[in-house]
Parts: sequence; structure tokens; C-alpha cells
Amino acid sequence: MTPILEVHNLRTYLETPRGRAWAVDCVSFDLTPGKTRAIVGESGSGKSITALSIMQLLPEPAGFVDSGKILLEGKDLLDLTWNQMRDYRGRALAMIFQEPMTSLNPVFTIGNQVAESIVAHGGTWSDGKKRALELLERVGIGQPDMVLRQYPHQLSGGMRQRVMIAIALANRPKILIADEPTTALDVTVQAQILSLMREIQEEMGMAILLITHDLGVVAEMADDVSVMYAGQIVEDAEVHKLFRDPQHPYTIDLLESLPARQHRGKDLAVIEGTVPSATNWPKGCRYANRCQYSTPECTVALPPMVTAANGSLARCIRLEAVHQARATR
Amino acid sequence: MIWQNIQANLPPIIVVALFIWVLNRSRREVLWAEAYRRLRKNKLAIGAIAVIVLYLGLVFLDSVSWQATKSAEPRSAMDALFQKPFENSYSAPLASVTSGEAVEHKLGAKHILGTDSVGEDVLYRVLKGMRTSFMIGGLSCAIAVPVALFLGLIAGYFGKFVDDAVTFLFTVFGSVPDILLIIATVMMLGRGLFSICFALGISSWIGLCRLVRGETLKHRDREYVRAAKALGVSDARILTKHILPNLLPSVIIAVTLLFSSLALYETILSYIGVGMGPEAGSWGNMIDSSRDELTRDPIMWWNLVFATTALLVLVLSLNILADALRDAIDPRLRTE
Amino acid sequence: MIRYIIRRLLYMIPTLIGVSLLTFLLFFGIFSPETVARRNLSAKTPTQEQITTWIKEHGYDKPPVEQFKRHMDSLLRMNFGKSDKTKEVIWDRIHEGALPSFELASLSFLVTLGFGLFLAVVAAYLRGSYIDSVTMALAVVFMSIPIVVYVVGLQFLFGKILKYGPIAGYEPGIWGLRFMVLPVLVGLVSGAGYYVRLYRTFLLDETGQDYVRTARAKGVAENAVLFKHVLKNAMIPVVTTTVSAIPTLILGNLVLESFFGIPGLGSYLVNAISAQDFAVVRAMVYLGTLLYIFGLILTDVLYAALDPRVRLQ
Repeated sequence: MTPILEVHNLRTYLETPRGRAWAVDCVSFDLTPGKTRAIVGESGSGKSITALSIMQLLPEPAGFVDSGKILLEGKDLLDLTWNQMRDYRGRALAMIFQEPMTSLNPVFTIGNQVAESIVAHGGTWSDGKKRALELLERVGIGQPDMVLRQYPHQLSGGMRQRVMIAIALANRPKILIADEPTTALDVTVQAQILSLMREIQEEMGMAILLITHDLGVVAEMADDVSVMYAGQIVEDAEVHKLFRDPQHPYTIDLLESLPARQHRGKDLAVIEGTVPSATNWPKGCRYANRCQYSTPECTVALPPMVTAANGSLARCIRLEAVHQARATR
Repeated sequence: MIWQNIQANLPPIIVVALFIWVLNRSRREVLWAEAYRRLRKNKLAIGAIAVIVLYLGLVFLDSVSWQATKSAEPRSAMDALFQKPFENSYSAPLASVTSGEAVEHKLGAKHILGTDSVGEDVLYRVLKGMRTSFMIGGLSCAIAVPVALFLGLIAGYFGKFVDDAVTFLFTVFGSVPDILLIIATVMMLGRGLFSICFALGISSWIGLCRLVRGETLKHRDREYVRAAKALGVSDARILTKHILPNLLPSVIIAVTLLFSSLALYETILSYIGVGMGPEAGSWGNMIDSSRDELTRDPIMWWNLVFATTALLVLVLSLNILADALRDAIDPRLRTE
Repeated sequence: MIRYIIRRLLYMIPTLIGVSLLTFLLFFGIFSPETVARRNLSAKTPTQEQITTWIKEHGYDKPPVEQFKRHMDSLLRMNFGKSDKTKEVIWDRIHEGALPSFELASLSFLVTLGFGLFLAVVAAYLRGSYIDSVTMALAVVFMSIPIVVYVVGLQFLFGKILKYGPIAGYEPGIWGLRFMVLPVLVGLVSGAGYYVRLYRTFLLDETGQDYVRTARAKGVAENAVLFKHVLKNAMIPVVTTTVSAIPTLILGNLVLESFFGIPGLGSYLVNAISAQDFAVVRAMVYLGTLLYIFGLILTDVLYAALDPRVRLQ
């Protein structure tokens, strides 16, 4: 299937008092209708900024997209003006955020805020109100007519996130970007929200870009995974290949350190070292200082994305060596 | 001779010593170092600080007593440096004759800013006024701040009855218009520096107290306080060693602003007539006397303009400093 | 909500007592009954007998505690009695003085705050631009000039240079509003700066909130984001700080009234102090406190009305 969104070599920076931080450094991936791609990474890896760059909602006044192409059905979004982009936001492109409490306006009713999605794109308020009722029902909120008149602080976290989803779906988006949608929720609620998202995806055929740091969520939701580290994608694989046959040393170490993989009585496996500073990326591979398979050659130049034996892409020049080392263990 | 000089100068010496001690203590604080670094990058703030330091230097010069012989009139270092004689009457800046008199007199020396009604050099009056403003601001703050801190902390921390009592106190004091409070207090204690400062202190502690109380309330339920309590730390220690340092940034900003509004307030008091007496050098007096100076012919504008400029520059610098401090300390910036 | 209001009203009583006590102490701390009597009797040096009679007449010879009780009693009943000095019924003078005070206070308030809010919205809309920085810089500069300089300066400017009068005094009626021009102008120039900065901060704080990001993500137009989302939230602190400033206006324009010779309640009070007319002083301060506390309660009620989070507890 042809991808509906193509990101090519996206570079975004943030101006900080300590200099320019390249939060997103040459990131490329595709989104396919009906499929979910997860971007996984730790805090500070640049995954949220990537999402915000697509929507062009970078934090003011410090964030800027430097270069790259973001093609939505062939059209480069980075060429658009604010008002042209506005046409896409809330219609073809929708986004939900991590903190549903602060993401909803505390002084307007739920009904008002959901209906606004319709009104912002040319609908009338009465259309909006009708659609709001439908949407609240669709996202599984009981007594939607009562909730319409309530305020955000009167709802639970799970309900608020459902409202956010309702807002996002109002105009039948082609792409839904979800930035850590379940991080702020309890585990049980998490499962409900994720299954709701899957249902709707099947029904509407939209592509989902899921940003998360939780590998469990990835396993449940994703079809394709991009692993981000230090502003770059270090591995791009189908989900089952990622878990069964990880290629990049970072992915390998990440999976090793999952609590589920630990053995009773033994020390927890951790990844030694720290992430380099975003204002001062090292010349070569950014994982080299923590990688157990690295050689001096790794620090000379930035490794390109290469295709591994199993078809995944990984940003490493030592893939065969890594594979060998693991096979012999 | 030196020993006598030191004795006479005890107050300024104490102030300087205190200042150095505070500076030393704060250098050890990590968070302060961060804020300091950010502050240093702000050129406007540096300018403001330079101005304030300059003013402080002049005030210091004026506070240090410097006498050639014991029997002479009390003079400060500034008096010793400033040797312009008194003229007969008004004169414009840089003029060579007096103005506004039937017969013009030649002037004894060049007066850069002119002279006033008794022939006193205006620049001299401006410089003298600095000390007055700083004393008023400083002493009033010295009275208001400890009271506000103490009451605010206990109100916010202990809550309930203590809080009610303190809230009652500041509603009562707050309901009386502060002008009234000041006029009344000054009339009670007579005019003069100390009574004015006392009066100003009484009317300004309220705003500060409200701020301290609000912040203490916020911190009271924070986890670090609960942790300290669980460890058995006494309330007094929690207040002074844990909560107070967290309040300090907001308090410092508030005090800076308070200082500037007190300096401004002094002019109102002089205008109404409850300020420092006319003999004392103060900018308020200069503005007050300009009231009829402006109606004369030729217009004697120099008293008003130079006093206002001196005050404006000071207040502006203080406001800029307060803003810069707020930017340097703001937690939103801290997360980067 | 009703319970809360009732509690606040009840709380008012000890406060009123406290304020009256404070006034009582302050006044008699300054002026002994003798001095007061002397001042209030005729210009010729009064005899000791006249003084004693006056003191007896006005009840200032009784022990302090009893005096205080009597005076609290009459205050609570809002029976202010007669002025010590002029023997006018105080309430009458209050009626007379209320209109000029109200004119000055409301005009100055509306103009200053309105202008401040307008500039703040402009500055917030154009944040980061040249206009924004210049506006803020000017605001700080204007705030830093003492009010007396504005008074002297503007009176000079209008009186001598522009030859536009009047520069002081008062006249009732629509045409009399021309007396308000100068005082309101002084109030505006010295006060607007503070409000512009304050309101701009409120607006910008809201602009940085997450819900603004959500609104943009929905595709809401930037104008609607500012004027619907941000403004409504920013109105909460704007209104509450504005309303809490109202009580200070009641007697707070004292300064403007005395500088410009406007015969309102403020100057009534100031004159009473210099004339040592205790009956008037205690009445005015009491009234002022009453209004101040009502203002505080009003602030809290308004806060609840505007913020659904507080209202629906």
C-alpha cells in the first residue's frame, strides 16, 4: 500500500541558553493507512518533537524545523503557511496529547470543546453539538448528554482521554498522532484506551503514529516500530521482528533490561553510561560510548541506515559482528 | 584619629560586613549559581545593577564621616569632596549669573545643575537626596520585612487559629488607607527619618506578608516538608532551614519592588507635608519646592527635572533588576 | 456558597471592631482631648473653663474604655452623629462628598484599567515584536516617575503652556466633567503601566498552557485561540485583581482629591485629620473599612462565578 505520510530527513532544533539543540536529526519514516507505527525512545530522544514537527506545533519561541520533507499524499507540509497548515490540523491530521487534564480548557464545557473541532473547519455550532454527542458515544462515554455539559475537572483521567480522542476524530482524520496517550493513566484504563484506538482505526482506516516509551504498548499496538535514540532513528523494523530479532545494539540492550527478562537473584541489567548532550552530539555513532560491541571505527563517522539480514533497517556498521557475538553466546 | 573615624562609621561598616557575609553564603548555593549565570547574560540587568551600585557608592561616601578636626561640623566624605560655595539665589545650570533677581549677581563657581532658592548647588542636593532615599527605603524594609516574614511563615505553616489571627491583623491594617496610617503615625512620633520609616514599615508589611503566607501554604504540603517532619525535625528548623530558602527568591523580588515604591512614596509625603523637614536633603523636597518655582519667570525647571531624573533612574533600575531576577529564577526556564 | 458569604460577613464584625480600635488609638495617641478641644473652639485662646465644658459636652472626659464602648455602639448603628468641628451632621456631608468621589474614582478606574487591558491585549497578540518591547519599556518608565511629578508637571503644562483650564477644583454636572480631565489623566499615566504589565503576564501565562496547543491542533484560528480560549481564562485573574483594587479606590483617591482640590470623601477625611475632628475621622475610616470588606467578599464571589473549578466544588 502506498504510504500516506512520508517523512524524509527531518531535522528540528531548539534554541536553548546553552546553544542549539538538534532534537530531531535526520529522521525518516512512513505511515501507511490502517497501520500503526510506534516511535519508541527514552525521554529526550526527540520523539515528541518529531510529532510536533509534523503538526508544526513546536514550542514557541524556541523550536524550528530546519530541513527535510514531510509529504502528506504527496504535498510537502513544510512548504505551507500557518493558515494553509491550519486546514490540515484537526482534519487530515489529528493529535492527542499526554496530559488530558491540562490539554482541555478548564473553563469551557466538554460539549463546547468537542463541537469546536467542527466549527473551526466551517461547520455550524448546531452541527457541532450534534456531532459531539455522536462522538462521545462512539468513544465509549456513558451518559454523553450529561458529559456534554460538564467541565474537564469533573471527569476522570480515562474519560478525559476519551474526550481528547473524540475531539481528534471529529473530522475523520487520515492520520492520528498520539503522544504518550496512556502514560498518565492507570494500567486498566490504558488497556481500554488502546483497544478503543484499535477499533476506531479498523473502522476508519486511519494511520496511527504512536509515540511511547513503553515497550508493552508497542507490542500491543504497533505494526511497525522506529526506535529513536539521541535524535535519530537507530532501528526501523516490523514489530515482531523487533522483539524476536533486534538488530541495533541499543534495541538489544533495551530489550535485555526489561524487568520481565531479569532472573531472580541476579542484578538488574542496566545500560551503562549516559546519553550525550543534545547541544553537542558526538561525531560518530551516538550510542558508541555505551555500546558493548563498539570499536574505534564507530566513533569516526555517523553510521548510515543499512538493511540487515532480516529486512529491518539499523543505523550500525557492525551488524554482522553483533549478530555473530550473540549467536555464539 | 583612625579609631575615632571607625567609631563614627560603625553603621556603614556593619552594613558592608553583612553584605559580604550574605554574598559569601549565597555563593555556595547551587541553584543561586545557575540563576546568577543567567542573570549575567542579561545586559540590561547588568546596567541596572551598575547604576544601583553607583548610587550605593555615593550613599556610602555620604555616610562615612570625615572630619578634619573634632570641633568642625559633622561632615561626610562627600561633603569633603564637594567644595562648591553657596550662591545668593537661583541660577540656571552652567550659568555665570543668578536668575530671577532684580539685580543679577555673579556666581562664585560653575554649578553644573544650577542652584536653588537659597543658592545651594543642585547637584549637591541631588547627591544628598540619594542617601535619604536609600535610608528611607532601607530602614522601612528593615522594619517591614522581618515582621512580614515572621507573621507570614507562622500563618501559612501553623494554619487555623494562628492563620486567622494574622489574617485578621492584616485585614485591619489593610482597611485603613495607608496614607492615613502614615500621616497618623508621623504625627504621633513627630517628623524625622525614623518615624517616617516606622510609619512606612507599618503600612508596607501587609503586601509582603500576604505573599509569604501564600508561598508558605504552597510549600507546607510539599513532600520535602513531610519528609522532614517524619524525620523529627522541629517546626522552627523546618521553617528556617527548609521553607524559608525556597521563599527567598520571590521575597527578594518583592523587596526590590517595595524599595522602589518606598522611594517614590517619600515624594508624596514631602508634597503633603509629612516628609522629612525642609532642611533634610531629599528629592521629595526638591519636587515640592518646584511647585511654585515653575510659576516664576523665568521658569526654574532644574530642581524638578534633576530630582525626577535621579529618582527615575533609580526606580527604573530597581524595576529592571526585579524583572531580570524573576526571569533568572523562573522555574519554567529552569527545566531546560 | 451562601454559607461562605455568611461566614465572611460575620467575620467582618471583629474586623470592624479592630479597625475602630486602631483608629481610636491612633487618633488619641496623637491628640489629647485638650488639644482637640482647643482646636475646635474659637480662634481666640480659650479659657480652661471653655475647654473643660467642650470636653464634657463631647464625652471625651469619660474613661477611655467607656468612650470606646460608646463609640463602637454608635458606629455599629451607623449613627455617625455630628462633626466635632462644624457641627454638621456627618451623613449629610457624606452625601455631598460621595458624588465627586465616585465620579473621580470610577472615571479614573475605568480609564486606567481599560487602557491597561487594551494595551496588554495588543502586546500579547504581538508578543515578541518591536511594538511589544517598546510598550513594555514605556510602561516601566511611566511607572517609575513619582505621581507628584505628574501632578506638578501636568498642571504646569496645561496651565502655563497650553493655557487650558481648569487645573483644579470641581463642579457637578456633565459640563463639570472637564474638572476631571487632569486628575484622570494623572491617574492614567501613573497607573496604567502597572496594569499593562500585570495583564500581559496573565495573558502570556495562559498562552503557554497545554490547552492552547490542543486548540491549535484542532485547527482553531489564531484569533479565536487568543480571544476565546486565552482571554476567558485570563479574565479570572484579571477580574479578581481588578475587583480587589476597588476597595482601595474608595478612599484611595485621597491623593488625587487633595492635589486637585476635589471636594470628595477623601479630602473630607484629610481635612478632618488636620482639623482634628475625631467624629468625622472615625466615621470615614469605619465607612471605608465596611466598603473595603464588601469589596473583598465581592472578589471572592466573582472568582467563583468565573471559574467553574471553584464553583462546582
